[in-house]
Amino acid sequence: MSIWEYANPKKFIATTTPLIPWAFGLAGAAIVGALIWGFFFTPDDYRQGSTVKIIYLHVPSAMMAINAWVMMLVASLIWLIRRHHVSALAARAAAPVGITMTLMALVTGAIWGQPMWGTFWAWDPRLTSFLILFLFYLGYVALWEAIEDPDTAADLTSVLCIVGSVFAVLSRYAVLFWNQGLHQGASLSLDAEENVADVFYFPLLLSIAGFVLLFIALVLYRTQTEIRVRRMRALLARSRRAGTREARA
Amino acid sequence: MPELGNYAAEVLSAYAISLLLLAGIVALSLRRGRRVKRELQEVERDHG
Amino acid sequence: MTALLLRDLRLAVRAGGGFGLGLAFFLIVIVLVPFGVGPGAQTLTLIAPGILWVAALLAALLSLDRIFALDWEDGALALIATSPLPLEGVALVKAVAHWITTGLPLTLAAPVLGFLLNLAPPAYPWLLATLALGTPALSMIGTFGAALTVGLRRGGLLMSLLVLPLYVPTLIYGAEAVRRGAEGQGAGTPLMLMGGITFGALALLPFATAAALRVNLR
Repeated sequence: MSIWEYANPKKFIATTTPLIPWAFGLAGAAIVGALIWGFFFTPDDYRQGSTVKIIYLHVPSAMMAINAWVMMLVASLIWLIRRHHVSALAARAAAPVGITMTLMALVTGAIWGQPMWGTFWAWDPRLTSFLILFLFYLGYVALWEAIEDPDTAADLTSVLCIVGSVFAVLSRYAVLFWNQGLHQGASLSLDAEENVADVFYFPLLLSIAGFVLLFIALVLYRTQTEIRVRRMRALLARSRRAGTREARA
Repeated sequence: MPELGNYAAEVLSAYAISLLLLAGIVALSLRRGRRVKRELQEVERDHG
Repeated sequence: MTALLLRDLRLAVRAGGGFGLGLAFFLIVIVLVPFGVGPGAQTLTLIAPGILWVAALLAALLSLDRIFALDWEDGALALIATSPLPLEGVALVKAVAHWITTGLPLTLAAPVLGFLLNLAPPAYPWLLATLALGTPALSMIGTFGAALTVGLRRGGLLMSLLVLPLYVPTLIYGAEAVRRGAEGQGAGTPLMLMGGITFGALALLPFATAAALRVNLR
């Protein structure tokens, strides 16, 4: 018994099917719970007023935007090294989710920035890095869509993902060099001194857990879909080949 | 409804847009998943 | 390697090879900018470093799809791949050829165009230095993008989408160095950081490019 057994598409579908409703259910409960908790039952911040409530959306989505890319990177490496189709398809399945998270982080950040910094958009390092991350996601998805042959597409997008990761990190530091920025430091860190206050902290943790679960649920479900699409194409191609053989005979 | 003060519009629009985005990605995933599942069943019946 | 390089250069210089098109594009973009922002000398001085860099980047982008497309269409690429030269070497040679036909002319033309944009005098050496050091990175990254999209019929637009985000760090350091040079501050740090990106790209991207080519030739 090893983890690689789940690289078998049939086994993957059989194992994940019962998990998906649970993941969706728990994710929904956690997110709804956290948002209700955060929206109705937390006090306003003395400086930020009620806009502090946006943190329950902004921080988890920003975290998942980066985590999704990291997951795609790992899946791409697994595909290139061990050639497990499920891995490549999981990377493909995660990308649109990552785009959604990036967009959400950008939009909530812009809405929060309007009253706080007096502008929707500042070329702040963190915002700029996210915009660049968004562009990387777009290119990745566009490359998947453009290539017909699934294995070629998986290979090329994996190479792009690896090179893109390196350049995304480089861009992050380049942007930091370029403009020092308005954004506050990390909302969450192990150094408790600079952490957000407890009242905000616990609903935030719950919200993050909900987003992680939602990401897992979505990626599992979308990977299943991709597996079925691939199986469908394989069946159609096989029967087309059989058809031409009969016609020739 | 909690008192949102001066920033009601910002907070509410942030929540609305975010929930819309989340609902959007979930709905798109589910719709495509269901359609593909149905089509695969048909293909398996015809060509399996 | 030398033979391949000379062949690529000859093909590029021959009529219809596109040599000079990038240069003309660079010139036109620089001429268009004052029409867009107005002829005020101060404004132009302020934005000149950035505009020169962005225009050079776009001009380099314009000629990228030629790197592999012609060899792909007539099958020469498959032939080159079976030669004893490793594909990594081919990738590097292709990038060098692209740089000699695009990056080098852009670098040499940039100071002349700097006059048009009223670039501050102390910035000229920095402009030359950053472009000379930065355009090889543009060529190498672009060669990687071209290798990814070589099998696609209309890959040009997609390639821009893939390549432009990868250009971000080079652009930032390049334009920043020129800007600091224009203001008389020390511009050594961004220049060195950009050099790091260039040499890193030249060292590592040939492998990624060769991997993409192998997949496409499969």
